[in-house]
This record gives sequence, structure tokens and C-alpha cells, in this order.
Amino acid sequence: MSALTLRNLTKTYANGVEALKGIDLTVERGDFFALLGPNGAGKSTTIGIVSSLVNKTGGEVAILGHSLDQERELAKQKIGVVPQEFNFSQFEKVFDIVVTQAGFYGIPAPLARQRAEKYLRKLGLWDKRKNQARSLSGGMKRRLMIARALVHEPELLILDEPTAGVDIELRRSMWDFLIGLNNEGRTIILTTHYLEEAESLCRRIAIIDHGRIVENTDMKSLLEKLQVETFILDLARPVDHAPELPGFEVHLRDAGTLEVAVPKTQSLNRLFVALAEQNFEVMSMRNKANRLEELFVRLVEQNLPEQNPQRENAP
Amino acid sequence: MTLHQQWVAFLTIVTKEVRRFLRIWPQTLLPPAITMTLYFVIFGNLVGSRIGEMGGFDYMQYIVPGLIMMSVIQNSYGNVVSSFFSTKFQHSIEEMLVSPMSPFVILSGFVVGGMVRGIMVGGIVTTVSLFFTHLDVQHAWITLLVVAMTSALFALGGFINAIFANNFDDISIIPNFILTPLTYLGGVFYSLDLLSEFWRTVTLVNPIVYMVNAFRYGVLGVSDVNVYASLGAIFAFTVVFFLLALWLLRRGTGIRG
Repeated sequence: MSALTLRNLTKTYANGVEALKGIDLTVERGDFFALLGPNGAGKSTTIGIVSSLVNKTGGEVAILGHSLDQERELAKQKIGVVPQEFNFSQFEKVFDIVVTQAGFYGIPAPLARQRAEKYLRKLGLWDKRKNQARSLSGGMKRRLMIARALVHEPELLILDEPTAGVDIELRRSMWDFLIGLNNEGRTIILTTHYLEEAESLCRRIAIIDHGRIVENTDMKSLLEKLQVETFILDLARPVDHAPELPGFEVHLRDAGTLEVAVPKTQSLNRLFVALAEQNFEVMSMRNKANRLEELFVRLVEQNLPEQNPQRENAP
Repeated sequence: MTLHQQWVAFLTIVTKEVRRFLRIWPQTLLPPAITMTLYFVIFGNLVGSRIGEMGGFDYMQYIVPGLIMMSVIQNSYGNVVSSFFSTKFQHSIEEMLVSPMSPFVILSGFVVGGMVRGIMVGGIVTTVSLFFTHLDVQHAWITLLVVAMTSALFALGGFINAIFANNFDDISIIPNFILTPLTYLGGVFYSLDLLSEFWRTVTLVNPIVYMVNAFRYGVLGVSDVNVYASLGAIFAFTVVFFLLALWLLRRGTGIRG
């Protein structure tokens, strides 16, 4: 049984914007799945429909085998959602927010309090339990939403941009937390703009653009599609021209920096030998962009129509 | 959800609602007590002593039931309209929409929360009124029934208002421009017998007249209109408003994209 099944999912908003044009997607149980796409591609609409915040126009949604149309309550019991925007009462106390959410799932107060303590401790918010939510930092508010989404212990957790605006140290600790949840058997679907995050965490990936899935594969296969990788080389001495290197595409970014596109068929050793032969001494090197980012941009550009007036209007 | 789980969810919303208005008691519970004290002092004591009797009671006694009912109406409506709109505004409505709670449970929770505030403020106003006059409740069950149904009806009105509201102006238009005039012209301060035939007929279109008079009948034993017809009308309106609010909530009007 799949954790999430979408069949021919469509959504047309009242203003005529066609946000989803027939999405088919299956996420297996226990998977760590990334849903990527540019702004307005249809990610949030898809998540909104799955979490019952947006009415679909057509198609079918099943969560852990329960249809959202026929077995709505059962389907909703199985899913936890961490939205992109803060959506709790800013004036309520941290502990109350989590306990109240448990109550919405019919969890009696004593068990709700136990669960709230368990997840607030795990997410490092126990000391803040008596604080009003508005007094928390941005990172703490995100962790509060994760604790709230977990309090009914869902089998499928969906996170929409969970680490947006979170500092690097905290982001890493949230990654560890999410990996821990996935190792316990929970299926996790996340959307993110940090492609490094998707590459580090997720085993499978779908890319959505203009309301359609343009790629749906495992991370390894996707990265293998990347034929060229671009590196930035910092030189020991300034130069006034880019060297001619057969098999490589070289640009001079500034007097001390080269940008080299390396095809997968070429070895890096050959590059360095060729540079050394022409007296170019390299002090350091780095990727121009995250590999997934390069691929993502390429896929989205391939899918870009001549005109797309609807993208900015999509809710 | 099992019946027990639905009960827990319902109690959770009611508790949340009650906790909210108790937390901000200087905005919710104190103002009606002060406003009604002023009504009792000015209209009851100062002006009322010159008016003399109305409906066989001194003026202070005559206006007390209407003022209690006015507080119940304003507070049950005000609680739900502001609370439900705030949940929309802050998007915390999503906490409920993602959960397996049925629209029936969500609606019932908000309505009962509004009723609790309406009835609590009614109790405060009644207590304040006892410092100025004495009340011998004539028909306790009718009194309680009218308060319960009226608070439920206006809590539902507040809910429907909040569903359609897009900004804070939208939640103040109906209370300021419809509810307050209808309440003041609903026989709170005078008997319909004082009106000419034409204005009496016009006044009978105002639904609040029936609520105020049914409540006055429960407390004082006098009414300008048929009490049982009033109870029937309040009940019918409550059922219609409940079904309308439930239908809107199921459709996701104003809350789902």
C-alpha cells in the first residue's frame, strides 16, 4: 500500500488559473520524498489538496489506502502537515497549541499532555512551553509546527519549506530529526527551495512545473542525468585571458578566477594536467552551484513556455 | 472518529474558546458590566424615576430583562464573529481543517463557546442589576430556554458573518449597523403599547422584539407578543441558521481555496 497516491489531480481556481493539470504521483511507505518546483508551479496547491485545505477540481487522492473522498476521516488521521506559513494563534502558549491540536484528533487530555511533552522535548521547546507563541524566534515557530503536526503520530508527514529562514546550525539539527522520524518508519514528503536539503535527505524526487510532473525518479538516477558540472577555480596569479583547453569550456570570470564546465566523460585529472601545462596554478576549487540546482534549472527551463502569464497569479 | 473522540474534539474547541475570552476579560467581560451599570444608573434611576410604571412594573424592573437580553445577543454574536474571523485571519483555522473533525463538531464547538460567553455576560449583568432592583423570576424554564436559544441563534449569526468576512471592517458592519439598531428598537426600553398602530406593526418585523418579550415574560410574566409563537420563531431561526452555517462550512466557503 502506498503512503500517497494522486490520480489525475486537477485544480482550477475561481479566477480561472489552472494550478494543476492532471498530477499522477505515488509515494511509497517509508520513503523520504522531495517535491520541487519553482514558485507558482503547483506544489502548495498539491499539498493543500492532500491536507484538505484546498478543494480539488478533479482526480483522486488516497492516503495510506484511504480515499480522501470516501474515507476522509481515516485519511486525515494518517497525515500530519507542517505548512510554510505560521498558522497558529500567536497569543496562545506553546504547550496549549500542541495539546489543543491533539484534542482536535480526539486524543484525551492526559495522553495529549504526554505527547506534547514528548515532542516539545524532542524539538528543544520544552523550556518555552509556557511562552506565548508570538515570543518565539522564527526557527522555534517552525519547530513548534513540527511538534504540533506529530502530536497525533501520523504515518505520513508533509513539510512545506520546513527550513525556510532557519539558520544553518538549526537546519542541520532539523535534518537529523527528520531522518530520525523517517528511520522510525514514517513517510516524509517535503518541498524545499534548498536543493542541497533535498539532495541530502530525500531518496526520491518529483519536479512539478506549470501544474504538471516533469520528472519523477530516484535521486541517484536524476543526478546521473547531469552531463556537465561547472567548477570555479581560484588561481594563484592573475591572468588576462582564459586558457584554451580541448574538451573543456573555460571562461575568465575575473583576473584571478576561472569557470570551467567539465563534461562527465572527462576526468578532472586531465583538466589539472592541461592547466599545469599552460602554467595556470590552481589554489582552490568549488562547485558553481549545487548539482541538483543545475539539473532543476535545466528541467524547468526545458519546460518553460514562451509566455506564462498565469505563474505570478497562482495562489 | 468514534463518538468519544468527537466529544473530546468538541470539548477542545469549547475549552479553547472559553479560555480565549477569559484571557482577555478586560475586553470581553468587564465592558458589558460597566455599560449596563451606566444604563441602570441613568435610564433606570435618574430618568426612570420620572417615567413611572411601564407594563405594571417600575421602569427599572421593566428594562432589566431587555438589557440582559441585549448583553446576551451582543456577546454571543461578538464572541463567535471575532474568534472565528481571527482563526481565518491568522490561518489557525487550518489546524481544524487538517484534522478529522467533522464540520458539525467545529460549528457546535464555536456556537457553544459563544453561548457560554453570552450567558456568562448575561449572568454578570443580572448580578449588577440586583444592586438596583429586585427580580422575581416568574417562569424559570422559559427564561433559560429563551437565553439558550437566543445565544445559540446569535452565535450562529456571528459564525456566518465571519465566514463571509474578508477584513475587520466586515465583522463590525452587522453588529454596528444592523444588530445595535434592531436591539435598541426591539422593545428593550419601552412597551410596544406606547407606539402608534403603524409603528407597532413595523416593529413586529424586528425579530429581536420576540426574544426580548419572551425573556421579559419569563422574568416578569408580561409580554407584548405571544410568547409561544416567539419561542417557535426563535427555534425555527436557530435550526435554519445552523443548517446554513453547516452547509457553508462543508462547502469551505470563505475558508478553502
